[in-house]
Amino acid sequence: MSHSFTLDGQETAFVPGQTIMEAAQAAGVYIPHLCHNPDYAPHGSCRVCLVGVGRRQVSACTTRVMEGMEVDNASESVQANRRAVLQMLFAEGNHICPACERSGNCQLQAVAYYTGMLAPHYPPFFPRRPVDASHPDFIIDFGRCILCELCVRASRDHDGKRVFAISGRGLASHLVIDSPSGLLGDSCFAAADRAAHVCPTGAILPKHKGFERPIGERLYDREPISKVGDLRAHEDEVD
Amino acid sequence: MGGPSVSEVQGFVTESLGLRGRAPEHLLQHLIAVQQRFGWVPPAAVEALSAALDVTRTQVRAAIAFYAFLHDRPRGDFDILFSDNITDRMLGNQRLLGLLAEQLGMGTDATRADGRVTLGLTSCTGMCDQGPALLVNGRAVTALTPQRIDRIADLVGQGVPLERWPGEYFRVEDNLRRRGLLLSNPVTDGAGLRKLVDLGVEPALADLERSGLRGRGGAGFTTALKWKFCREAPDGDRYVVCNADEGEPGTFKDRVLLTGYADLVIEGMTICAAVVGARRGFIYLRGEYAYLLPHLESVLARRRAEGLLGESILGKIGFDFEIAVHLGAGAYICGEETALIESLEGRRGVTRKRAPYPVIAGYKDRPTVVNNVETFLAAARVVQWGGYWFRGEGTDQSAGSKILSVSGDCARPGIYEYPFGTPVHRVLTDCGAERTQALQISGASGTTLTPADFDRIIAFEDLSTAGSFMIFDHSRDMFDMVQNFAAFFAHESCGFCTPCRVGGSLLHNLVEKVAAGQASEHDLGELRQIGGVMRLASYCGLGNTAPNHILNTLDKFPDIYQRRLRSAEYTPSFDLDGALAEARALAGRDDAAAHIADLSPEDQSETEEAAV
Amino acid sequence: MTDKPRVATTSLCGCFGCHMSLLDIDERILQLVQLVRFDRTPLTDIKTIGECDLGLIEGGVANAENVEVLREFRRHCKVLVAVGACAVNGGIPAMRNQFTLKECLEESYVGGVGVHNPGIPNDPEIPLLLNQVHPIHEVVKVDYFLPGCPPSADTLWTFLTELLAGQPIAFPYTQIHYD
Repeated sequence: MSHSFTLDGQETAFVPGQTIMEAAQAAGVYIPHLCHNPDYAPHGSCRVCLVGVGRRQVSACTTRVMEGMEVDNASESVQANRRAVLQMLFAEGNHICPACERSGNCQLQAVAYYTGMLAPHYPPFFPRRPVDASHPDFIIDFGRCILCELCVRASRDHDGKRVFAISGRGLASHLVIDSPSGLLGDSCFAAADRAAHVCPTGAILPKHKGFERPIGERLYDREPISKVGDLRAHEDEVD
Repeated sequence: MGGPSVSEVQGFVTESLGLRGRAPEHLLQHLIAVQQRFGWVPPAAVEALSAALDVTRTQVRAAIAFYAFLHDRPRGDFDILFSDNITDRMLGNQRLLGLLAEQLGMGTDATRADGRVTLGLTSCTGMCDQGPALLVNGRAVTALTPQRIDRIADLVGQGVPLERWPGEYFRVEDNLRRRGLLLSNPVTDGAGLRKLVDLGVEPALADLERSGLRGRGGAGFTTALKWKFCREAPDGDRYVVCNADEGEPGTFKDRVLLTGYADLVIEGMTICAAVVGARRGFIYLRGEYAYLLPHLESVLARRRAEGLLGESILGKIGFDFEIAVHLGAGAYICGEETALIESLEGRRGVTRKRAPYPVIAGYKDRPTVVNNVETFLAAARVVQWGGYWFRGEGTDQSAGSKILSVSGDCARPGIYEYPFGTPVHRVLTDCGAERTQALQISGASGTTLTPADFDRIIAFEDLSTAGSFMIFDHSRDMFDMVQNFAAFFAHESCGFCTPCRVGGSLLHNLVEKVAAGQASEHDLGELRQIGGVMRLASYCGLGNTAPNHILNTLDKFPDIYQRRLRSAEYTPSFDLDGALAEARALAGRDDAAAHIADLSPEDQSETEEAAV
Repeated sequence: MTDKPRVATTSLCGCFGCHMSLLDIDERILQLVQLVRFDRTPLTDIKTIGECDLGLIEGGVANAENVEVLREFRRHCKVLVAVGACAVNGGIPAMRNQFTLKECLEESYVGGVGVHNPGIPNDPEIPLLLNQVHPIHEVVKVDYFLPGCPPSADTLWTFLTELLAGQPIAFPYTQIHYD
């Protein structure tokens, strides 16, 4: 027996156990997301993949599809909340796109474009977070970290290293590195780690190749992320 | 400050490891012990625990940074934290803190240069009926007065150890004002447990179903159903957890229940263990109630001796259940059941993804029942006296009684137990509240009520509450409450999800802007917009409910905002002239051009017109 | 002629790159001057602002003078637009927010490489710096935001023509970027 639910008014098939995100992706429907990466367990922290289900909004990456469920992925109220969540992320960190090597290849930026965000709207917090350039192959700009924990998860679950963790709480939550000095260069992090390649923003960046591909010709410069797909599918072009 | 030597710290950690265990989930309990012993967690302890428990030093440091009562820097010999709930403020805690700081010759949020004493604020410590209160090295001091503060200043000044402070300072009253279905009889001789052992688990579960008992923590999930889900989960270990992290501002009934009714609570847990097939349980006790630990340990020990806990309970082979008390360390979020479980496992108390719910995958990913203190107490009586006994009180959807923590402006603050269905005005009359302007029900995350709501009833179908009942009379400025709660939620957000982490701080900043008389009508729209996003988009209940107090008061008490607003349509988000202060100091200038007028000339004239 | 909408522009803490991008509309500038009349703007070198329909602000708010000019624009312009990354979120100049003002000034005027006659300037003619650089919406109400460093000539053209035509403003995907 086949199962179906309604996604933006379209009858859509699903396999029991699938999340809304998985079922939508299988059906070729894009739901914007940042902390979600199919290689790792659903996380649900960024709240960008909000979809409407009844009178509630839920994260598509953590919510299982139910038979007959009606999911709203496109209404203005859903988009407005996603935009607000993105504006909060931009206000929280230091996202100076013109100065960022990841610009154009950045999933945070691309998702913000997708939702029609023109400005961060809220008063920026301008946190003071020094850059860590101690590693020979990678730099970390903590000001660009959106706390999606993908590097934490990749390092722990894939690389078996536990290089990263989140410390503090509330607005003081921040990414930390496991090494005696707290610096990346002093940790067991290596360029071949999965954790080096999962960051959806410009927080974890390879050195020496920042502008190999000029601005204007980058991943999300010409077509939206809904068509281009996640960074994950284009790693060779980006890193 | 000399500080402890590395070998001293290592020695203590070794001792603690022997006492508490070497598994990663013991991390938090070790850290609390180290903090208690040294007044901070020295780097040597981080290294030693990281090595012994197979957790990275980063995870250890992350836990220290998460919990408000753990510190990676030395605190004063006397670490004094004033409880800062709105009810403490209404009783003058700020003035008393100022007084103490003055007498000790220091700031109100600082460690004195000689390392003798640290002063600061902390979230509600659950002493609202006998505030203002403070914690000194984790011990609660209640009923503060200027005289008591004078004396404390002397004791600190002379370096008198806490054991030699006057005992009455640490006295915590029960203030049991109205006993109903559950509180009228504290006696237990293990009768519920005996009945369970005699008749078997099925009749007990049937009684629980019949009783209609729903969780007392606020959400109101049917208890029998929760236990059944856990019972029916696939084979293997199961756990029973008593949520005694009573962190909701204005709630303190669990403290009283654990003081006078601990036997019944533990009996409820033991019955639950029999029903679901658990062999281990935890009481997660909030750090603020650490003084209850010896009492709870002694009740547990006595019950073991009486055969009511431990192996072969009441002689029944195979009925084994052991309970450990775990302490929290200052994190409101740990009252949320999945965050509590994370904390039990020794980590930062960050909420987990649901589903799976804890009844399927809880502690160590095993089926776990997490219930409120009051729920276990009620369950013990239901099994003892039957479902119909319980059902006989309350409303159709809300069986039994509710225990309320009443505080604020009333003659008799304390614990009141009422049948569900009792109207709010009845409680207000009984506790001697007069000229009541507002009532905050169910804590900072709850609902703000005005006299128009006082006919409403306490019940899941109307005013669902975990029991916090804070009363504000007409002398109060309700904006003080808003300011207090906004700071509370910004401080207590775990930081996991974007809307709560960022939105909570945005709201706090806007509320402070209103308080400073710098906000405009535009900012009220922002409060509503951000609050709306948090309500819909946050990951857990903390974020969903954190904006309630603002959204409620914007509707019900618009004047507390309006009278603080600028007439200008839009005002800057920061203090423009203040932002030049650093440059003025560096350039040594103070001429007219070195300042920015508060408002632009046009806004100024608007204000003047408005004033005319 | 007199009822043509009046447009003013200025650059606060910016690099004039957004103004250059406006000039990059090339020959369309002839169409633009048919549509609008320029008031205060570096393009005309008019120094004082009159009552305007539209104000375009490039750059963030970094000093006391920026605040004064921005407020003046807000008072005189019916519609105010944040043009470019710096006006929208502080942009490159806001990278100095990673440091204290003291650190910035000491690097520039006291201890930095090649400094002669070290000393932090104190001439009253020089506007004092704010301790941080801010986007303009932190100081005044902003009606539209055009991101980009700079926004492309086409972005500016789309915006101006659609706004002046009274149409809802819709940009093609390629015209909105933050870099």
